[in-house]
Amino acid sequence: MTGTGTFLLTFLRRDRWLLLWWVLGGVLLYLATVYSVDGLYTTQAEYEAAAASAGSNAAFTAMAGPPRALDTLGGQTAWQTTAFGAIVAALMSMFLVGRHTRAEEETGRDELLRAAAVGRYAPTTAAVLVALIANLVLGLLVSAGLTAYGLAAADSFGLGLGVTACGWVFTGTALVAVQLTASTRSAYGIAGSFIAIAYVLRAVGDVGNGVLSWLSPIGWYQAMHQFSGLRWWPMLLMLAGAAAALAGGFALFARRDYGSGVLAARPGPARASYGLRNAFGLAWRLQRGAVIGWTAGMLFAGLAYGAIGDDVESLIGDSETSQEVFVQSGSDVVTGFYGTSILMLAVICCGFAISSALRPRGEEENGHLEVLLATALPRGRWLLGHVVVTVGGVGSVLVASGLGLGAGYLLVTGDGSAAWEITWPVVQYAAPVLVLSGLGRLLYGVVPRWTVLAWAPLAFTTVVMLFGDLFGLPQWLQDLSPFEHLPMVPAEGFSWWPVLALSVVALVLSVAGQVAFARRDVH
Amino acid sequence: MTDEHVIEINGLVKRFGSFTALDGLDLMVRTGEVHGFLGPNGAGKSTTIRVLLGLLRKDGGEVRLLGGDPWREAAQLHRRLAYVPGDVNLWPNLTGGEVIDLLSRLRGGIDEARRSELIDAFELDPTKKGRAYSKGNRQKVALVAALASDVDLLVLDEPTSGLDPLMESVFQRYVDEFRDRGHAVLLSSHILAEVERLGDRVSIIRAGRVVESGTLADLRHLTRTSVNAEVERPVQGLDDLDGVHDLVVEGDRVRFQVDTARLDPALQALVGAGVRTLTSQPPTLEDLFLRHYGDEIDTDPDAG
Repeated sequence: MTGTGTFLLTFLRRDRWLLLWWVLGGVLLYLATVYSVDGLYTTQAEYEAAAASAGSNAAFTAMAGPPRALDTLGGQTAWQTTAFGAIVAALMSMFLVGRHTRAEEETGRDELLRAAAVGRYAPTTAAVLVALIANLVLGLLVSAGLTAYGLAAADSFGLGLGVTACGWVFTGTALVAVQLTASTRSAYGIAGSFIAIAYVLRAVGDVGNGVLSWLSPIGWYQAMHQFSGLRWWPMLLMLAGAAAALAGGFALFARRDYGSGVLAARPGPARASYGLRNAFGLAWRLQRGAVIGWTAGMLFAGLAYGAIGDDVESLIGDSETSQEVFVQSGSDVVTGFYGTSILMLAVICCGFAISSALRPRGEEENGHLEVLLATALPRGRWLLGHVVVTVGGVGSVLVASGLGLGAGYLLVTGDGSAAWEITWPVVQYAAPVLVLSGLGRLLYGVVPRWTVLAWAPLAFTTVVMLFGDLFGLPQWLQDLSPFEHLPMVPAEGFSWWPVLALSVVALVLSVAGQVAFARRDVH
Repeated sequence: MTDEHVIEINGLVKRFGSFTALDGLDLMVRTGEVHGFLGPNGAGKSTTIRVLLGLLRKDGGEVRLLGGDPWREAAQLHRRLAYVPGDVNLWPNLTGGEVIDLLSRLRGGIDEARRSELIDAFELDPTKKGRAYSKGNRQKVALVAALASDVDLLVLDEPTSGLDPLMESVFQRYVDEFRDRGHAVLLSSHILAEVERLGDRVSIIRAGRVVESGTLADLRHLTRTSVNAEVERPVQGLDDLDGVHDLVVEGDRVRFQVDTARLDPALQALVGAGVRTLTSQPPTLEDLFLRHYGDEIDTDPDAG
């Protein structure tokens, strides 16, 4: 264990911004929820109407958790935040553990450190401690924030420290995952699937008889019944689960060789397939995992929204504020709701579009580009290969969201033509999604060091979409979001002009990025 | 070939912000030669190569690669060259075999027979994923991809830093063979023995400029040969000769260094004293190198 303290301080220093953003993001999830619920339902009657409809909708239960005390501010807050707060804590823990263990090992960076006078367990222990501390800080801030907002202190701490304990369990599962494989990417895949399994077990359990929920750390977190008869003993389950997973992780670490995983690496093909022969083939090979993953994920997200069906009417019922939020166009509640849902799905798809647009930056940083450009591959064609994958991927991801939405709706209502009405409009959002992606490409072409700024427009767009009217942002500011210029089909009529105009903007940005890239130094 | 030079660089300047990486660099590489490009880390070797590959844009001077402009005609020119970087990074999820095929296809084709011959010769397992290879094996992947291509010029940036001695000799065999087919090699290195073994001509780079360039024989001419002899009678007049340095006489043993250009008069003096045994050592590349970098080493107390 010699050197654990030094490693811990180094990691905390290296991670100071990362930790700040993760913790702030997690805290914001809770505080924004309590703030928006408080604003959405102004009378007790509205709370009761919402509770009645949400409680009877299985899709909501599957998405968020078992409905309890939904006629109170605390109950609504807990219901809306527990599942997603747990996922934020879980992802944060996964990335913190992975980044200081398997990622360092895969690149060989920490071999240098391990050769110094440090204990065998020191770097791993320090990595785990960083994750444990981050979860604790997140939990305490959530507790303090909710208490300060005026919610009952004991339940607020139940919600906050519960997410801490839940994050600790996933710190343990992430530690197990990074021992299993020699690749950081696969380790994240395994750790991520642990999180997904926990979420799905909980969803199926909550909709059914509840047994499966007891197999999920997220289920344990929700079993604390915050703001609906708080009980602390499920916390012991989480602490025990965390301890067991961490012990398992350390035991696996002790048994395996440095640099390898518990699962043996499989050999791959000795020859490249026919497809791997040009810039597009390589870009597709490198990005296909992301394209397929996002497509499947958005299909399920669409299904979840679609399966809400016509219940949406009773759900947001009479609340005037919620009418404003969901039905911005004055058309009926169901189409208004779906207009908003489609917009939200499209904004989520920007996550793929931007990360895909920034993939070339990773290729350049890793030194792969140098080798490629030393062949007869022109640099413009190399970048174009990635652009084609980005554009095709955006299409695939958007179409999957639309199909999911329509299929979910069709399954619940059996109304084919109405289902089609909410299936196709998502495609119009390809234009604004590609505008954000084009901004990423322009940044890459001009100032590759600043590509992280490509995420700023997505944050801005999200704020405008969720809170633009609520916060009373001036219209000119809201108009900077490309999504503001499209009608909310099916609540509003479709129009070609904004789609064409935004497509041109996206094209111009992308071409400008391409031209700038052709003229700059490659490193 | 329409011209004799595959690489012609005159007065190349490259700046990164306020830092001048290349400061009027000249470099000529002819067809049919292995040209050693020598210099310590940070002297500008890799920057020069990146300008040659069209990755970096020059700030001044003239650069011709295979008779063309490396920035404007990068892709066409690259059909005729293959490059092996010093630090080979492979895609973690592609196998070595896939990378070899991909790079060869992008270069415009592959010689199947030579591909499998090279994989055997370098004892490479092409089914391993990029993340599973050691540094030396990653380098082998890049070397196989480069040597299996039908090109006129090899650009090698410290290509053997991860290879074991056995593989190094395999590498040298293939480089010799490549040169003997009439092609050119630019071999950037700081491993002097390797350049001495392979190089026909050498350029020594220091702080962004080439300070010495020529055949190894030319360069040797500029430095000293060390002579060790046993003689019958005391040697007369050696210490008066121009170009003789560090003369030590111990009984019938004589040791001295002599400027290679003035070897003859020194030997005449020895012969006059009746030579019993004589060993003379030509200057090594290391001597050449130290002549240009010696002052840095002298003033740096930490240097070994």
